Amino acid sequence: MNFVLLRCCTTPIVLKQYEWSTNAVMEKLGIGLLDVPELGCCGYPLRNISFKAHVLATARNLALSEKENLDLLTVCNCCYGTMKYVDNLMKEDASIRNEVNTTLAKEGLRYEGDIKARHILQVLYEDIGIEAIKEKVVQTFDGLKIATHYGCRILRPSKVAQFDKPYSPSKFDELVEVTGAKSIDWSTKLECCGSPLWGINNELSLDLTENKLRDAKQSGADYLCVACSYCQIQFDIVQKILLSQRGIGAKLPSILYPQLLGLSLGIDGKTLGLAENQVSISEIEWFLLHKQAS
Amino acid sequence: MFFTITLYISLAIFGLGLIYKVSTWFRYTVGVDARDVPPPQRVLAFVKGLTLTLFSPRILTLLKVFVLDVLLQIKVLQQDFLKWAMHMCMYYGFTLLLLMHGLDKIVTSALFPNYYPTVNPFLFLRNLFGILIIVGIGIAIYRRFILRVARLRTSPMDVYAIIILAIIMISGFLLEGTKITSYSKFQDMVEEYTIQADEEELRTLEAYWVAKYGVVSPEVKAPFDAETLEAGQEAHEMSCVECHSRPQWGFTGYTLAKITKPAALLLDRANASSILWYIHFLACFIGLAYLPFSKMFHIFTTPLSLLANAVMEKGKSDPANIATRQLLELDACMHCGTCSVQCRVGVVFEAMHNANILPSEKIPSVKALVAGKKLNGEEIRNIQEGLHLCTNCFRCTVVCPAGINLQELWFNVRETLLEKGEPEFLVLSPLSLYRGLMKESLELNYYPDPINLALETIYPTGIPLEMQDRTSPLVPSANGWSSTLHTSVQAKTFSQCFSCVTCTNACPVVRNYPNPIEFVGMLPHQIMHAAGMGLWDLIFSSKMLWDCLGCYQCQEHCPQSVRVADVLYELKNMAITQARKKLVKQIER
Repeated sequence: MNFVLLRCCTTPIVLKQYEWSTNAVMEKLGIGLLDVPELGCCGYPLRNISFKAHVLATARNLALSEKENLDLLTVCNCCYGTMKYVDNLMKEDASIRNEVNTTLAKEGLRYEGDIKARHILQVLYEDIGIEAIKEKVVQTFDGLKIATHYGCRILRPSKVAQFDKPYSPSKFDELVEVTGAKSIDWSTKLECCGSPLWGINNELSLDLTENKLRDAKQSGADYLCVACSYCQIQFDIVQKILLSQRGIGAKLPSILYPQLLGLSLGIDGKTLGLAENQVSISEIEWFLLHKQAS
Repeated sequence: MFFTITLYISLAIFGLGLIYKVSTWFRYTVGVDARDVPPPQRVLAFVKGLTLTLFSPRILTLLKVFVLDVLLQIKVLQQDFLKWAMHMCMYYGFTLLLLMHGLDKIVTSALFPNYYPTVNPFLFLRNLFGILIIVGIGIAIYRRFILRVARLRTSPMDVYAIIILAIIMISGFLLEGTKITSYSKFQDMVEEYTIQADEEELRTLEAYWVAKYGVVSPEVKAPFDAETLEAGQEAHEMSCVECHSRPQWGFTGYTLAKITKPAALLLDRANASSILWYIHFLACFIGLAYLPFSKMFHIFTTPLSLLANAVMEKGKSDPANIATRQLLELDACMHCGTCSVQCRVGVVFEAMHNANILPSEKIPSVKALVAGKKLNGEEIRNIQEGLHLCTNCFRCTVVCPAGINLQELWFNVRETLLEKGEPEFLVLSPLSLYRGLMKESLELNYYPDPINLALETIYPTGIPLEMQDRTSPLVPSANGWSSTLHTSVQAKTFSQCFSCVTCTNACPVVRNYPNPIEFVGMLPHQIMHAAGMGLWDLIFSSKMLWDCLGCYQCQEHCPQSVRVADVLYELKNMAITQARKKLVKQIER
């Protein structure tokens, strides 16, 4: 099974561990990832300013992936939501489709809609499956409580996202529990991480993040787990800023799902880039070692 | 005489240009870091930094970079073989030709006491190096004008570089060709070097040169009998062979000589070789004089940029030196366009048509800015928009064959421009994430100003709704907006809203405030309702648009299938469009 991987613009510099851990986990699970160097921005950050620019950027990536005849895989909810949205739009609106394809033709590209935009969670759950992953798990977490954070665009709008039930999703929780960890209930589970406003309205952004961190912590979580670049930046790098500004009452480290799964699959912490996280997650290995010792 | 005078004039212009250009590296500032450091201190910091580097293990890094990136240009090879081949042809062809041929009296004669431009290996090598450059120019023209790589833009400077190089090369080869066939040149040489020969000897020598050396003579014509040629060869070996290899070794000039043979006598009488000689050296001198101001300046600056970037790092190096390096980098850009071709938001140029979006086109704009060129508000806003339309993915920096830290440059100039006080709407997009992350390390005291300025420019009256008198006008201030709004599928859905407030109740932003109207102006359901009534000024005065996360809770919950979040996105676009129009109108006034 092969995919074209859309590396999020944020990952090469501030989130290297997301690339490393994704590469390692996918290799372990026998999924081939193809890098297409021409791929660009997913279009998400452009939508506030120019609808046309955002559609064009997304469609170009889809077209590049279609040229390889492979589905386009992303590790970011915002990329995923944007790609699904534009894919739908191109299918339902002929005038936009024509306009976009005319522009893309300058680069010898064209999008027909023959491939799908896929999220890493979707591929893990639907294409590989819980049972198949379970077979590859070599060590499980014992007593680890995870606040699973879905993020917005993988669930909403559900008509576009088409991943899970928008009000009571369970697929990510199941993926988390494959590792032996427990995915806890918490009331703000489906809320936004606050990242879209970081840099625009920092106070509001921090309010929303702090609110989620507190709730998860009070609900007994040891770690947050996410599968989105923006959410991870918010819960990791921005959390560090939050802690320095507002005190450490809400401290709750966040682990990327490929890091969590990778540890269960027996991949070492260095390959998964555990040390790269700003709010340290290195202690999570203790839950594994504890299990092995007993 | 004329040659010497023009040489010295062009050398003087070159020298002064060089001094002027280098002085700008220390006089100008880019960005916020070192603008308070005076030029003399910048020079001192440079000398100190250079000395410390040269006498440290980092000299090994410099050597490595010099071999791999400067001499072999591995970075270019990894990206594009054709481009690498082009550049290697030009780079080595030009350098070797300059050393062996251009500076023959200084370099080649010193190294090889028996040097004559007309003997091998010099004759052959001159042609080989020359043909390398011609191949390079050919590939350059093919890439820029035939292959037409997307977003690879050609500036007048690129055309100038290709033209001046082409004139030098073509005139050089034609000069060689006409000299081979020239009868008058032959006669001059005979007069000078065959003092004791008699008439018969000279006749056979001429025959020999016509037969073997390509001279076109009005007196003697081929074919010649073997005896004449044998006698001619004897005379040739007496007087000429020491300084003349067979012209076939000068394969390009020789080919041109063969092609122009029918017109050779005419050309000789018109003194073509002399004219070509003037064209050749004058083109070289013009190239030399203009070099510090042209893209060819990169033969000095690009290696410097590669070396400097290999041993410098933000946070570790002296900020004064980083500022100096950034100015040097502006001159190190040779406008190869690699960054623009690979830019992750390059495609946006097709939708927004602002050339400053493309990294390679930002450089000339930034140059104009740092040189203090007078720019009007719209020009500044265009540059600013281009600089902000960047996801900070660092790809331009990674791929730049000149090793320029472009990303750092963009960030730096962005921040200085924001201080100038032109509104930039992109600060209201998630592209601001990077600025937010950098805020802590920079401690910018003007951090919120650009955001507030952008908002104030968008609010139709300049003030947010929560601070306005909240009486609505009886007649909606439609401004002709309703017609444009209905163009998209999702925007039409707001008319299905019956104000049940479900969207507002689902909104995490609204929930964050005890009295949300004081913070966001209008609530989501009110915006949908206002859109239905065409109350655009109210909507555009509402901060809610810019506090929307795009989390789609509202849209997911809406019982009426209003695409609330999609509508909000569209309203944001509209608000910006009307704000832009307002700015343009201000200029017109």
